[in-house]
Amino acid sequence: MELIYTPQQQDFRMEIRDWLREHVPTDKLASFDTAEGFAAHREWEKTLASGNWGMVTWPEAYGGRGCDLIEWLIFEEEYYRAGAPLRVNQNGIFLLGPTLMEYGTPAQKERFISAMASGQEMWAQGWSEPGAGSDMAAIRCRADRDGDDFIINGQKIWSTRAVFADWVFGLFRSDPSSSRHHGLSFILVPLNAPGVTVRPIPQLNGLPGFAEIFFDDVRVSAENLIGGEGEGWSIAMSTAGFERGLMLRSPARFQQASKKLVELYRERRNDILDLSIEDAVVKCYMDAEAYALSTYQTASRLQQGAKIGPESSCNKIYWSELDIKIHETALSLLGAHAEVEQSDAPDQSVVSAWLDGFLFSQSGPIYAGTNEIQRNIIAERLLGLPRR
Amino acid sequence: MDFTFNEEQYFFQQTLKDFLTDNVTPASIRRRWDSDDGFDQDAWRSLCELGTSATQIPEDCGGLGLRFDDIIMMIQACGQAALPEPLVEHSFIAAPLLAQLHASQPSERVADILAAMASGEAMVLTASMINPYVNFAHSATHVLLQFGDDLHLIDSKDCTLTHVTSVDRSRRLAEVKCQPNGTTCLTNGRLGSELWQATLNRGALANAAQLLGLAETLVQMAVKHASDREQFGKPVGVNQAVKHLLADCAVKIEFAKPVVYRAAYTLAVAPNRADWAVSHAKVSATEAAQLAARHCIQVFGAMGYTWECDVHIWAKRVWALANEWGDVGFHKNRIHEWLVQPKALLGPEFTFGRRNIRDVEHID
Ligand SMILES: Cc1cc2nc3c(=O)[nH]c(=O)nc-3n(C[C@H](O)[C@H](O)[C@H](O)COP(=O)(O)OP(=O)(O)OC[C@H]3O[C@@H](n4cnc5c(N)ncnc54)[C@H](O)[C@@H]3O)c2cc1C
Repeated sequence: MELIYTPQQQDFRMEIRDWLREHVPTDKLASFDTAEGFAAHREWEKTLASGNWGMVTWPEAYGGRGCDLIEWLIFEEEYYRAGAPLRVNQNGIFLLGPTLMEYGTPAQKERFISAMASGQEMWAQGWSEPGAGSDMAAIRCRADRDGDDFIINGQKIWSTRAVFADWVFGLFRSDPSSSRHHGLSFILVPLNAPGVTVRPIPQLNGLPGFAEIFFDDVRVSAENLIGGEGEGWSIAMSTAGFERGLMLRSPARFQQASKKLVELYRERRNDILDLSIEDAVVKCYMDAEAYALSTYQTASRLQQGAKIGPESSCNKIYWSELDIKIHETALSLLGAHAEVEQSDAPDQSVVSAWLDGFLFSQSGPIYAGTNEIQRNIIAERLLGLPRR
Repeated sequence: MDFTFNEEQYFFQQTLKDFLTDNVTPASIRRRWDSDDGFDQDAWRSLCELGTSATQIPEDCGGLGLRFDDIIMMIQACGQAALPEPLVEHSFIAAPLLAQLHASQPSERVADILAAMASGEAMVLTASMINPYVNFAHSATHVLLQFGDDLHLIDSKDCTLTHVTSVDRSRRLAEVKCQPNGTTCLTNGRLGSELWQATLNRGALANAAQLLGLAETLVQMAVKHASDREQFGKPVGVNQAVKHLLADCAVKIEFAKPVVYRAAYTLAVAPNRADWAVSHAKVSATEAAQLAARHCIQVFGAMGYTWECDVHIWAKRVWALANEWGDVGFHKNRIHEWLVQPKALLGPEFTFGRRNIRDVEHID
């Protein structure tokens, strides 16, 4: 155990810090759930790529820097510290990217990874369907083999950023006689293909952050099949899948939010009457740091060759509950102003940011496998309680 | 940056764990409850022969000179077994206190007592001002007494003990009264104050690591019971309400672990700058263990509320250790005081403190 950064890691931190200081836009970009904001975020991804910061853990050949997981954590820390824009292409870089690295053919990596890292192509993910939420194995959307193509028919739902994205990846039933997790294939579909209809769904804040996607005889080349036909489920659930769980929400995000919470608390603590707020602030700061420590521990273990196990289901519960607590506490500190979404008040942007974060925090326990499903996994696979 | 334990550290833990599994059973713990002194001499002798009492003692005094992060999982193992004997108090709190004193102010007297502690000849416990009672004072040969900033080494023959009964029958508590004087004083002033501050941190962290171990065993017991006990024709553990009680404990335990381990590392490399890390550990581990105790009792049903069922061996230790070496309020306050300081280094880049940011100029 040596909890000290090496000189190289410290240099790396400073390199990122200097680069971000010069490049992070001074004005906050509009939400990426608007057309204008999406375009601005896409530009930002290109700027990141121009400095080779698109996805630091990828090999240089794909626009990365071949960084290890510790360096990735350092990158994330500096990224959130600098208040840089959220990653509009996180579905691609954090979720699809690692899967392509593990299962993609050289041609597929060539085709998709650089375009992803360079901000050229934005990705949506398509797992959920109206009848397949927590029970993802109930997927019905079909991909029928037709020579060198698949013909896709059916519907996906809740697909984040699909309104403005270029591609969607997801699971489709390629064997019509199959059921449950058999006969599913992992396929990439361009959202501008004939027969694709994307219908925006306004989220809690009124913006179209996700969408329904309808597929009506959509023809895609079998070159877009990742891994073997019918092997989609195990690819989606693979080790890479666990590592995605590690990357989806990096601790720095919550550490930065809890730092802001402490600052808000310092400003307002003399005006508050609720005795539980002091406790909540302390707790949020501690928990964000605990999440960071846990992630460093996991990253260290993975670097020594260990594999992530079912304990990673604890992460999802921990950060999503922490996110709610941070934002709830901030709203308590803001008091009666907290509900104001728009006004001419000089500090309105502060209130709006907390309020928007609070609304979004409500979704944390739902997406990426609900917290109830995570608790089932922990109970059965980590603790060994009987399934039935 | 490497947040893993090495093979040797796992080996120390495993050796102790194996011994405790074989020798410290619920039945043997209950036999201690029925005895006068609550102390198993054979177990104590074997623990010392294993070398556990020597781990924190410098090599030139006959010890192994290990760091606190080397032995933190051994303390956790003591919690897992709910070990009654004061191994933690002797080996992991009193010994490093004297070792730290010896490092800054070497003396033959301290070297001798350290050597006697390593072999198990002497049993030394600390009477710190933050704790009203000393556990197993009647079995000790010496007591390290805090008197303001003074550190006194007092022969236990010169102490008057007033016994009280703990809710945890494994703990044998006494108020210790004695007459410290010039000859009993080992050090005082600034060094004394530093030693006691570090000792409070070691005590709090040692309790945190034990609480972690206690919580792990409580969850294991609950899982076993929920898998065996049937109602409505199936194990009670198939019900989600039961599963989720225990999953919540697992989450708390999982995230208390790295906090405890980080604090052990901080104590090893910077004992006087570890307040924040230690308080964080004590709070997290206490909350995890208290939840585990409560949910474990719930999962056991009425059985969990009985004297006969072994759950209370662990649960009561949780309730006792939760408030020793500073309760949650004490430790949250230390964190709070730090957080409200305008100069506190907050944010993602400071997880491991400032000294890792080489170019201090860059800190805006
Ligand atoms: C902001 C946001 C973004 C999303 N982005 C995407 C995306 O990009 N792509 C995509 O494919 N999907 C996306 N989703 C969908 C998400 O994956 C699903 O919402 C999630 O899997 C739950 O499915 P459901 O909404 O149908 O809820 P249901 O499965 O209907 O669950 C309803 C409630 O019942 C509980 N429940 C269900 N089954 C069990 C069980 N076995 N045990 C205990 N409790 C149970 C759930 O926990 C939940 O509380 C997104 C969702 C949100 C909120």
